[in-house]
Amino acid sequence: MSLRRPSKNQPETFEFSSSSMEEANKIVLKYPEGKQQSAVMALLYIAQKQNDNWIPLAAMKYIAKFLDMPYIKVYEVATFYTMYNLSPVGKYFVQVCTTTPCMIRGANKLVEACKEKISHKENELSNDKSCSWMEVECLGACVNAPMMQINDNYYEDLDKEKTIEIFDKILKGEEPKPGSYRGRLNTEPENNRKTLMDVKNA
Amino acid sequence: MLKDQDRIFKNLYNDMGTDVKSAQSRGDWVNTSELIAKGRDWIINEVKDSQLRGRGGAGFPTGLKWSFAPKEVGSRPHYLVINADESEPGTCKDRDILRFEPHKLIEGCLIASYAVQAHACYIYIRGEYFIEGQKLQSAIDEAYEKNLIGENAAGTGWDLDIYIHYGAGAYICGEETALLESIEGKKGQPRLKPPFPALIGLYGCPTIINNVETIAVVPTILRRGGKWFSSLGREKNTGTKIFCISGNVNNPCNVEEEMNIPLKELIEVHAGGVIGGWENLQAVIPGGSSMPLIPKEKCETLTMDFDSLMAEKSGLGTAGIVVINKDQDIIKCMARIARFYKHESCGQCTPCREGSGWMWRMLERMAKGEATKDEVDMLGDVTNQIAGHTICAFGEGSSWPVQGLLRHFKKEIEERNNLDPIVQKKNNIPYLVDQHLLDKKNA
Repeated sequence: MSLRRPSKNQPETFEFSSSSMEEANKIVLKYPEGKQQSAVMALLYIAQKQNDNWIPLAAMKYIAKFLDMPYIKVYEVATFYTMYNLSPVGKYFVQVCTTTPCMIRGANKLVEACKEKISHKENELSNDKSCSWMEVECLGACVNAPMMQINDNYYEDLDKEKTIEIFDKILKGEEPKPGSYRGRLNTEPENNRKTLMDVKNA
Repeated sequence: MLKDQDRIFKNLYNDMGTDVKSAQSRGDWVNTSELIAKGRDWIINEVKDSQLRGRGGAGFPTGLKWSFAPKEVGSRPHYLVINADESEPGTCKDRDILRFEPHKLIEGCLIASYAVQAHACYIYIRGEYFIEGQKLQSAIDEAYEKNLIGENAAGTGWDLDIYIHYGAGAYICGEETALLESIEGKKGQPRLKPPFPALIGLYGCPTIINNVETIAVVPTILRRGGKWFSSLGREKNTGTKIFCISGNVNNPCNVEEEMNIPLKELIEVHAGGVIGGWENLQAVIPGGSSMPLIPKEKCETLTMDFDSLMAEKSGLGTAGIVVINKDQDIIKCMARIARFYKHESCGQCTPCREGSGWMWRMLERMAKGEATKDEVDMLGDVTNQIAGHTICAFGEGSSWPVQGLLRHFKKEIEERNNLDPIVQKKNNIPYLVDQHLLDKKNA
């Protein structure tokens, strides 16, 4: 199990903005009547997006009221799932996969790059407060290892130099292009394709 | 090698685009209403004839699973749930289906929903696949627009709504009952079985849960016939499968191949060979991290299907092949997998919650050569205390890779860890200390 604790500095109140409210109301409709509790995970995401990528306790209380469910149930969900950030993270949130398939293809070099460019320790903001990084478990792009995720996007087929290039870009406030950084097409075998040749580059 | 015309996922690498038009040009949605007009029994029988086995890891016969759904809809509605919570290290096949072949999945959802009499289908996607989920959502929107799903879906007279539900980074939610808990808005902790979800599942209603790949191959099976599908591969291990080959190979890739294909062919032909040559191969994890590894000697002749891998005391699992060559420290690789399970244990059953961390700490020390002689046997003991003593199969999944390591690489561990605690008293041996004290800095 991973141990997760809420941040010490909590805002007093939290409320959905009008656009969040609209989105939340739409999501509740996806589930049968009386089962609105199902929407808690999606609503936590909305709160996280609205609140600079982390969820304060006030938001959990607000969502509990919104869905008419006990606060402790929302708290349970928010602390159980690791994608809910319980304390502030950078505007650019870097997650480096270091599970075995990535590890044996050199994920530790990516971690080195993070330490050099962002911050020496995990979950610590960079000097300009815009970036933070952490090691995560398998992100499900093993064929494109080593890889990392920055906010929603996957950056694949990396090495240390390319990772540093990406960090240089985000530290300048630019958005680097997601996808493979060796220029291959998705998950095809690079320069060694033997299947579906007649549709290649169709 | 499988012929291109027998490949189901022709857009696996996205050469052709993912919109409904290009999907139709590949044969999706062409005669869906005719297929459904042939009736429920015909569909289920055809799937049974094809001998399709679930692609999510356990390999349960799909036709049989569908036939468990109650024949008549009672007071409770039926649900279809698609498991797209692909988190097994080494596996990334569902991701390609979600982003490049979404219409195969959506059409499969319609057919499966009709077969099990469900009007609502939930697709549970892992939270990290947000972009893939968005691509699937736009395909769903497109299908609604073209009237392929919704009321009177694709002119079949059947109503179907498809919803996406995002997970949030919990490996355990790939377990079917944990997944249901998660959709219900709770912590993803597995339920006891029985009752099986086919009778009491989502919201207490009959629910059929299938993997993405299983559902996505169904329309093609119905079009080309169960006989065609069962002619590929071998008895009880039929059809095609997407293999993900990662790790120390020259060209890691996803490729759709026939079941029962030799492992050596997959590695040498499709993945461009092991880095440093075949002789440099150390071991292969054949089916995602929870399957025991297979040493090089056996890789020469091994064929990839459910039963032949079972005979090697391993399993096909999700067909995520991780190749490990001799440049890697095998104990360290397994220690990292143990750390994965320690992190992802849901904490419900004590053997898995405590044991997974225990195995990780022991393996870390063994990789450094700091463990004592008797700990090697103790490690085996711990794995046996986990396997079979947990609510869900994932607890066992955490102990299998360690058991595989002990089965095939015990000598390496013993050579590195020959410390005798009685002779070398001054050595600081922490295994008698409360393990949680050691865990603090990694908590």
